Amino acid sequence: MKPTANSPAEVRLNKVSFSYGEAAFEFDVTFRPGRITAVMGPSGSGKSTLLNLVAGFEVPASGRVLIGERDVTADPPAARPVSMVFQENNLFAHLTVEQNVGLGRSPSLRLTHVDRTAVAGALERTGLGGKGQRLPRELSGGERQRVALARVLVRERPVLLLDEPFASLGPALREDMLELVAALQEERGMTVLFVTHQPEDARRISHDIVFIEAGKAAATGPVGEFFGEGGPEAFRRYIGAS
Amino acid sequence: MPGAGNSGHSDFRTAAGIVALAAISLLIGGAFAGLIVEGLRDLSGAVAAFDPYMLRVARFTLWQALLSTLLSVVPALFVARALVRHPHFPGRGLILQLFAVPLALPALVAALGVLALYGRAGYFAGLLSMLGGDTWPGIYGLSGILVAHVFFNLPLSVRLFVEALQTVPSDQWRLASQLGMGARAGFRLIEWPVLRQALPGVAGLVFMLCVTSFTIVLTLGGGPRATTLEVAIYQALRFDFDPARAVALTVLQVTLTFVIVFVLTRLGANTAAEASLSVAPRRFVSAGRGETALNGALIALALLFVAGPMAATVVAGLQAELGRLVLEPTVQSAALTSLILALLSALLAAALSMALVMARQALALRPAGARRPLLQYATDTGAGFVLVVPPIVVGAGWFILLRHVADVFALAPVLVVTVNAVMAMPFALRALRPAYDAASARHERLCAQLGIAGWTRLRLIDWPSLRRPLATAAAFAMALSLGDLGVIALFGSDAVQTLPYLLLARMGSYRTADAAGLALILGLACLALMFLSTRLGKASDRKVDSVFG
Repeated sequence: MKPTANSPAEVRLNKVSFSYGEAAFEFDVTFRPGRITAVMGPSGSGKSTLLNLVAGFEVPASGRVLIGERDVTADPPAARPVSMVFQENNLFAHLTVEQNVGLGRSPSLRLTHVDRTAVAGALERTGLGGKGQRLPRELSGGERQRVALARVLVRERPVLLLDEPFASLGPALREDMLELVAALQEERGMTVLFVTHQPEDARRISHDIVFIEAGKAAATGPVGEFFGEGGPEAFRRYIGAS
Repeated sequence: MPGAGNSGHSDFRTAAGIVALAAISLLIGGAFAGLIVEGLRDLSGAVAAFDPYMLRVARFTLWQALLSTLLSVVPALFVARALVRHPHFPGRGLILQLFAVPLALPALVAALGVLALYGRAGYFAGLLSMLGGDTWPGIYGLSGILVAHVFFNLPLSVRLFVEALQTVPSDQWRLASQLGMGARAGFRLIEWPVLRQALPGVAGLVFMLCVTSFTIVLTLGGGPRATTLEVAIYQALRFDFDPARAVALTVLQVTLTFVIVFVLTRLGANTAAEASLSVAPRRFVSAGRGETALNGALIALALLFVAGPMAATVVAGLQAELGRLVLEPTVQSAALTSLILALLSALLAAALSMALVMARQALALRPAGARRPLLQYATDTGAGFVLVVPPIVVGAGWFILLRHVADVFALAPVLVVTVNAVMAMPFALRALRPAYDAASARHERLCAQLGIAGWTRLRLIDWPSLRRPLATAAAFAMALSLGDLGVIALFGSDAVQTLPYLLLARMGSYRTADAAGLALILGLACLALMFLSTRLGKASDRKVDSVFG
């Protein structure tokens, strides 16, 4: 059965190995269904690589990627039950906001009446009502990421990957966006993997943390445990708590 | 950067590249097949064609190229240096722009300009007769070829050397003037090292252009004493109808070009010309009064030499009965034929280049395990090798292959379009590749994620972001094709004639005024297209900078 947005899907990397030039990665980790997991760790540790493996932009040398009960290891990115928001370049600069969101429904932009209604609803929900005809360059940085989130909504995939999407936004704007992500996750029950460098981001919205170090998932657990006195040593060193 | 993963679009693009490569291989392979078949059919004839005359032609080909290179490159070193040392020289920017014009001018138009100035009935004939004390015989033969080649290649070399000199950091110039380096020390310690690095590349490029020069030798060579291999191939097919000789000449020409290119790549030469140039004045060069005067004179001389034939083209063209010429049905139909063929050729060049660029990027993005290095090489550097095969050779091969099975003259349009398209391709690739690769960097993951692939991606994503670079490439290819006299000289007939072909015919029947008028029209059309091409190119550069989604 194909998992839908309504039935939360577990994301599992089963002994996945991958190498990129000198760097070697070995992931064996599970993300709880219907939860937000912050993926943290030093630069170059493999956070983005992990997300790329789940999204299908990278193909493992060995091991399996499972979403729900489904083995997606060999599936192309578009066939996976996954949406991803990148740090930048989430939008096509020559297409309007509405078209950029519409692409989530039809990659050839052949939209039915139902699709158009869904697009309008998603724009309204993300606070972009009335901006459907604008081009990306007429939007602020925060608004562009809202467009990407609106597209996530119309795609209705059970897994959402966020690769530092708010890293270039100011503190107040970032807070708004985090709240929006948390609210959308709550409504849709998506499984969210959220790469961030900011411990306060993780604290604010995530349920779990996966700490990546040197190409491996070094520690996993609920947020509370991580930030408590008994948190993993490597993580405490990373955030400068010890 | 992460690849597109296992996306279907990668296969679509690779397939497009394979189709384009197959088309190019068919065009060039067919020509070689024609030559081989003919050579085997009449082996003794082909072997017998290697006679002293042919060796003389080969020797002249190399000799004129060597002299042209020396006369273009050596003065260019000093003119470029003068231009860089005097950033405030009046009209410096204009001069550099004027030096870009010959690049855009069809060789035929330039040849007419040279004749209008230095020919037997040229504007300088009276003066030259007076100086020589005898009737000026006109500038045919080696001297004509050299003047025309220098007209083209001196400004090209100047621009390339100026570009090289401008890579010297301004701090070095500042330091030099602080240390009180004179002109000689500055040249030896700062300018010469940079120029020496650029020298093999520039000289190699010019030499190659002169070895494969066809139109100028055809129009200015004037006889068997001053003939190059390319012109000899044309004469063997068009006038003597001696296919065996044509085969022998072609083999020699191809061998020669391959050897030269091999030697040049060893020397580190870049065999494709770069026309763009950013003009950044350097302020900290101090030159003495004597040097300033000398440099000024040098620049003025070069300027006169380059501007002369251009001015002569304009003046002679305006003296022609342009009104009558434009209304003449033959001219109108030739112009129409030219425009249609050039447009088709431009579209084909753009499509082929786009396919190659897409395939190259798709192959580069593949994961290490699924690489296809040979195909990647073919879509990358391999495509540049078409420059090594002169259009006349391709034309000659097909001419020989098809003459048994079809009316070769009826096939003129097909060959003109395809050969010109393939010859423009290396330039079109240079306009397209950076733009496509930049767009790909922005769009690759997004397209893979959303499942945008194949024609949909071409229509929705790639076309809008590549419209301008595609137009740049197409305008450039169209200008090249419009002014070309290579293939049409072989295949042209009264039934199918282009403007350059008609121009050559009018020259041949001594209707000089008509030829001058046509040259002006043709030259302006090509300049307009080149201007359009660079404008579109610059605009798209700016656009890439300012847009991110």
